[in-house]
Amino acid sequence: MGTDGEKSGEQQRTRKGVIKKGGEKGDSWLSGLTRRELLQESGGRMVKLALAGLLLWLHVRSSEAKTSVTLRPPGALPEKEFLGACLRCGLCVRACPYNTLELADVGNGVATGTPFFRARNIPCEMCQDIPCVKACPSGALNPSLQDITKARMGLAVLADQENCLAFLGMRCEVCFQVCPVMQKAIRLEMRPNTRSGSHALFLPVVDSAHCTGCGKCEKGCVLTEAAIRVFPRELVKGELGSHYRLGWKEKEKAGAPLVPELMHFPVRRPGE
Amino acid sequence: MLTPHHSATEPQRAWWRFYQWLFWRRLSQMLVLLLFLLGPWAGIWIIQGNLSASLILETLPMTDLLLFAQVVAAQGVPALQVALGVLLVVGVYGVLGGRFFCAWVCPVNMVTDLASWLRRRMGITKGWRGSRSIRFGVLVLVLLLAAGSGTLLWEWINPVALLHRGVIFGLWLGLLVVLGIFFFDLLVSPHGWCGRLCPTGAAYSLLSHVSLLRVDAARREVCTDCRECYKVCPEPQVIDLPLRGAERGIGPTITDVQCTNCGRCIDVCPEDVYQFAFHLPNKSRVAL
Repeated sequence: MGTDGEKSGEQQRTRKGVIKKGGEKGDSWLSGLTRRELLQESGGRMVKLALAGLLLWLHVRSSEAKTSVTLRPPGALPEKEFLGACLRCGLCVRACPYNTLELADVGNGVATGTPFFRARNIPCEMCQDIPCVKACPSGALNPSLQDITKARMGLAVLADQENCLAFLGMRCEVCFQVCPVMQKAIRLEMRPNTRSGSHALFLPVVDSAHCTGCGKCEKGCVLTEAAIRVFPRELVKGELGSHYRLGWKEKEKAGAPLVPELMHFPVRRPGE
Repeated sequence: MLTPHHSATEPQRAWWRFYQWLFWRRLSQMLVLLLFLLGPWAGIWIIQGNLSASLILETLPMTDLLLFAQVVAAQGVPALQVALGVLLVVGVYGVLGGRFFCAWVCPVNMVTDLASWLRRRMGITKGWRGSRSIRFGVLVLVLLLAAGSGTLLWEWINPVALLHRGVIFGLWLGLLVVLGIFFFDLLVSPHGWCGRLCPTGAAYSLLSHVSLLRVDAARREVCTDCRECYKVCPEPQVIDLPLRGAERGIGPTITDVQCTNCGRCIDVCPEDVYQFAFHLPNKSRVAL
């Protein structure tokens, strides 16, 4: 290394000499003209071009990302608040014993560095002690979540009723069997099989009041592409108008009909 | 480039003395990376997380200063662990120099140092030399974005976080931003990122107002104006007053907050003008 140093030292002295003769600032036309000019003149343009290409590619990549839905870890604050609180430190990712959680890379479709999981890839195993929430230093994963069955990471939706084996009349029931909140989050409802006319369908039905969005059903679905899928709740959950009242529920609450008995009009038939 | 010229009066220093602090600095940068990588690579979890926020031995939290400021701007009151974490960081860099982070810890430094080394090597002198105060504008902008959006918008592209997190968590696409910075520094602007734009460095530089570790131009009277230090210094404007201000009654200590305490000037000075020194609050100096 010593000899290298000596050599380049000499080179530098010559360079200095040239610069002293030529001008104050070491103007570039005095030495190494072509290389520098090439780099400096076309360099900026090349960088800009490369940037444009890169942006395009990233855009394409991020639109590809929409094919797999990204879900937040248990206890995550509402998305906007989450993005204001999450430090992108990855401690939740490290705490997850099943490698469910990943940190988003550029083009994953979620804010870079924030944690997410893909149900079809590795679903949440719903640890009783919720280590990811415990590891979160910022409260972006809300520490008030103590009971993992209260987590709302997403909502399972039987998205494809045309290909779901249960709808085709088979006793698949895998999503029902793997659901950690079995009988509550997913239950089977019996319907007549109108195709055969003499069998029953056992249809998986998701109850949004109990589904945690863990994604075990989506992971378990035996189809090539899952028929049941977990989505972020705000994407799929409808909401009644706040002024809507369900008559039968109001009746239950009041213990009696809210309107007086119906009036009975005499029945008149033609010819009477 | 970095090679010293030899003065006739001084005995020649051993070659490694010209790379001493550079060596320790690279070692420090590597060690920080290695400490973070020991977990995912070898299962030895001395420190978890990344430079944005981390946890030492599962007890001691650390939070990046700029990230902390963004969380406060976006959310108001930060979580306890986040606030405790920034205390330790402020304490460490408050002593060692705010921008000690930039030179001794930040992984982007290796990238931009490479760019500026290549610049010298290839003799590229042209380039945009925007004001070195732009970074404070960027800092304000980042905080305004956080306050306005309620989210940490800057963290989408923050190259410091992208590089460190990218290496530790294997997120390689984010490194494209870092590649962009390399070419920006190489072809567009000398010391463009670390020296003019980076809001992380700007935030840490604010701690330098109180920090104790400084570089002293202690033997400035023997300076031969060879300008070797100016050539390697990532923030050469900090050198001027302490080195040449003797007649104007200016002390030899580099007190400008943008000095990164990288110690490269100490390395390259053939006259041994510079040295590290602790400046205690009672104005006494302890040379290292």
